[in-house]
Amino acid sequence: MRETLISVENLSLNFPNHQVLSDLSFDVQRGEFLGIIGENGVGKTTLIRVILNQLKPSSGRIRIKDGLRIGYVPQFRNVDVEYPLSIEDFISLNFTGIKLPWLSRKEKQKIQTVIKQVNLEHISKRPLGLASGGEKQKAYLAQALINDPDLLILDESTASLDPNTKRELLDVVLRLNKELGLTIIFVSHDMQVIHEYPDHFLWLTKDGYTSGPISELHNDSKEGEYV
Amino acid sequence: MFSFEFMRNAYLAGTLIAIVSGIMGVFVVARNMPFMTHTLSEIGFAGASFGIFIGWTPLNGMLAFTTVSSILVGELSGAVESRRESVISAISGLFIGLGILFLSLSNKNSSYATNILFGSVIGISHQEVVQMAVLSVLVLIVLFFIFRNLKDDSFDAVGAKTNHIHSSIISIIFLVLLAFSVSVAAQIVGSLLIFVLLTLPAASSKYFAHTVLSMMLLAIGFALFGVWFGLYLGYITNWPVTFFIASIEAAIYGGALLYNSIANKSR
Ligand SMILES: Nc1ncnc2c1ncn2[C@@H]1O[C@H](COP(=O)(O)OP(=O)(O)OP(=O)(O)O)[C@@H](O)[C@H]1O
Ligand SMILES: [Mg+2]
Repeated sequence: MRETLISVENLSLNFPNHQVLSDLSFDVQRGEFLGIIGENGVGKTTLIRVILNQLKPSSGRIRIKDGLRIGYVPQFRNVDVEYPLSIEDFISLNFTGIKLPWLSRKEKQKIQTVIKQVNLEHISKRPLGLASGGEKQKAYLAQALINDPDLLILDESTASLDPNTKRELLDVVLRLNKELGLTIIFVSHDMQVIHEYPDHFLWLTKDGYTSGPISELHNDSKEGEYV
Repeated sequence: MFSFEFMRNAYLAGTLIAIVSGIMGVFVVARNMPFMTHTLSEIGFAGASFGIFIGWTPLNGMLAFTTVSSILVGELSGAVESRRESVISAISGLFIGLGILFLSLSNKNSSYATNILFGSVIGISHQEVVQMAVLSVLVLIVLFFIFRNLKDDSFDAVGAKTNHIHSSIISIIFLVLLAFSVSVAAQIVGSLLIFVLLTLPAASSKYFAHTVLSMMLLAIGFALFGVWFGLYLGYITNWPVTFFIASIEAAIYGGALLYNSIANKSR
């Protein structure tokens, strides 16, 4: 019982002076853990923005399952040391819309649930500005989980993390994938990690792409070199 | 002290201003707009002078100028940081110049200018208090409805974009609310010292409180303390109330920074 959440057919995208994605086709099934890899500037974030409907493809098409709820952890965030909100209150920012300014009991419970899912219980009341890089990424992840997404997209969430912290975060993501059946799209240029966690890959290169189950990802590229 | 009508009006107006400033201030600080707020109040100075010149109340002149310009100024917020500062300086200069021109054309004595620039407690009539109350309540009602989206847009602009929040609409609504708040707050502290109420209490609060609502409550508290105590000190010493309010808020901010550096060391 495969259920296609995203279907991309012959998609190309041009910015005014250059082409970023060309003739790309792939599907994402429910429950899949897709790793998107590629060098800097190859168009990974651009592809995500197409999926999020922030950019229109120049040609080809993308179909997203009706009513698909997407949780997104963007690549960049402006959170400095002086950022005042606690991790809890930062997470609550995703409860948007025309509602009462204060949170309902259900909303508060949901916040506690996601905080547990990412193992941040012990520091949930501390200002986010003072959290470490890994803790920040977990907080961003928790915020993306708050509206019960079907699909979770992480853009370079592990890029600045040391190996242990990286694993810790990815273990959380993998658990969400395995235990809750959450579909994952994980963008990275870390080959090691892509070999280890996702079950499918999409490898974007300057002049094309390859994709398939992770077992088909060439082992000679394991050291993080792009050939 | 409360047997004088002007003192009762001043306390009433001051209380309203403190509440609106505390709440709006938290967003002003989060959106990194203290400088923009200051510019709006300089534009307000020109508006107040213009009002006097053509026979309106200073408050109405101020409202007209700040509201119209807030929408124009909003277009700047997307501009590159370095350019924005220069453009704002140019706008400030132009409007202060206009303010001086209108004042001199209207042949009022210079104490009028002092009142608009530095605030005055004596000048507030009952009717103006009513108008300020109406404006304040209006600001609070609008805030109530856009609260969650404004909060997301102010504290996590990147995330808000993925939540499909219309950042530009929120910004414009916010700037109009800011124009109202500036016009109201200027009635007590004057247009030159607007940040004393619209920035400092909120900037202080973020070192002690870590949710948006608690920051607002604390900022209101700091603003109320400054206004109430400042009015009282002004009453018994006959020194300018603005001086006291500014000193109190600056002292609170200094204390907050000190507290923060000590807390950081012990962490
Ligand atoms: N709005 C835009 N207009 C023009 N060019 C753009 C725009 N957005 C991105 N680009 C260009 O498109 C290319 C792909 O950018 P993208 O951000 O998708 O790369 P990426 O694969 O995510 O890189 P990284 O690994 O550094 O995050 C880059 O050359 C970038 O300069
Ligand atoms: Mg990217």
